[in-house]
Amino acid sequence: MSAYKIEVENLNAWYDYKHILIDINMKIKERTVTAIMGPSGCGKTTFIRCLNRMHELVPKAKVSGKVIFNNLNIYDNNVDPTWIRRKIGMVFQKPNPFPMMSIYDNVAFGPKIHGIKKRSILDKIVKQSLEMAGLWEEVKDDLQKPASALSGGQQQRLCIARALALEPEVILMDEPTSHLDPISATKIEMLIRKLAENYTVVIVTHNMQQAARISDYVAFLYMGRLVEYGPTKEVFERPKNELTERYITGKIS
Amino acid sequence: MNELYNKFRSLKDKIMHILVYLALIIALIPLFSILFEVFIRGISAINLDFFIKPTPAVGEIGGIANAIQGTLITIGLASVIGVPIGIITGIFLSEYSENKLSTIIRLFNELLNGMPSIVIGLFAYVLIATVVGFSVIAASFALALIMIPIVSITTEEALKLVPASIREAAIALGMSRWKTVIFVALRTTKKTIITGILQAIARIAGESAPILVTMGYWKWWFAGLDRPVANLALDIFLFAKSPFENWIVLAWGSALILIIIILSINIVARIIMKERY
Repeated sequence: MSAYKIEVENLNAWYDYKHILIDINMKIKERTVTAIMGPSGCGKTTFIRCLNRMHELVPKAKVSGKVIFNNLNIYDNNVDPTWIRRKIGMVFQKPNPFPMMSIYDNVAFGPKIHGIKKRSILDKIVKQSLEMAGLWEEVKDDLQKPASALSGGQQQRLCIARALALEPEVILMDEPTSHLDPISATKIEMLIRKLAENYTVVIVTHNMQQAARISDYVAFLYMGRLVEYGPTKEVFERPKNELTERYITGKIS
Repeated sequence: MNELYNKFRSLKDKIMHILVYLALIIALIPLFSILFEVFIRGISAINLDFFIKPTPAVGEIGGIANAIQGTLITIGLASVIGVPIGIITGIFLSEYSENKLSTIIRLFNELLNGMPSIVIGLFAYVLIATVVGFSVIAASFALALIMIPIVSITTEEALKLVPASIREAAIALGMSRWKTVIFVALRTTKKTIITGILQAIARIAGESAPILVTMGYWKWWFAGLDRPVANLALDIFLFAKSPFENWIVLAWGSALILIIIILSINIVARIIMKERY
């Protein structure tokens, strides 16, 4: 077993005739936070959507190359994408709790649909997931209230709890704080650091300060290519590539 | 000069206002006079016998209990047939609509929606009543055909309004496509779909032409699905054209009950739509 949770080999992605990701090679270490940054339209979101086979759901989308997760290429023909998505959870840019469900049901939904029926087990999963997401104390008396009654930041933590309830090994986050106020965003950032103790986190971010604050490794994507990838400190202090330096210093955005 | 012009403008505005209200009142007069007439005349028919006795023999005292029973049975069976088919068609059109088949289905669906109900009744007559005889089955089949396009169009429209982000959330939890549709998309929009179903029921509750063709009159209680049952809408016609004073009163009573039933279904549908979560 390698210490790498995800190994990306020659990953290419297209949308219609547009070549979005070009020959990406990247190894992501277990229990770290890896930030993917780069200017708008550089392929950040497409990249993480390739890691749990969400990209292929878009009509006309195409992927080639390998994504090796626990020594298994997730693009092998005999791999069930729904199994991959259970093991590699995802949190989206805009909080998207299920609107017609209670807080409890939002978290219990994943385990329920995958066959866990016993109330006592579900209760435990809901409590653990909400605790892990740092939401338990705020909602423990309102579990039956609709999820839509929560604030934006709480909804996003609920979405994180919902992903955690399936006990994934990797959590992908697509700019999870971009729709939140600064206080809620800080809470999520602290939560991401905590999650890295047990999970491998890959986070797309538009915000360089955020990448510097929370990530162990950082990847810089530019026009669909991986320009630079390394430990966060090194990349920010001594970028090897001129493009990275110009991005970090704000000359390209 | 300018002041005069402004005065002229505000005068024009006032005249238009008055005309609009006038048009509204003219439009509402027939509606309220119908409701008023039916209420005043119908209320006098309503007593205990009216609700517990079946269609009377000529000149005797009776009620519409059998017609209420028959209408409920016919509508119930029609819903059992029409609602699932309508919902499934709606799901197909909304979720699996990338093929030519759905274009054709959508066309036929709209055609069926605009079809005169007597034509649908004739179809059910040829297909079922000629085999089974005049029966609840034939009538319910005809009514189900009227329901299907209403339910499926509502379902399709409702599912299309479910945001992509909600579907993605479900898929990211490792849910298959059909589970996403059933457990997330349908659930998110169930109120709109229930409203559509209620509207379809309200529509068939007042249908008379297809009932006439597939079932005809029946003055007795329910006697099996392969036999006819009484029906409120038809009873109104039967009673109203009779020469007996007490039957004509029954016609008004039946009309009132039918209006109350349809009105309550619509009110329930509105309440469901307004309730959030």
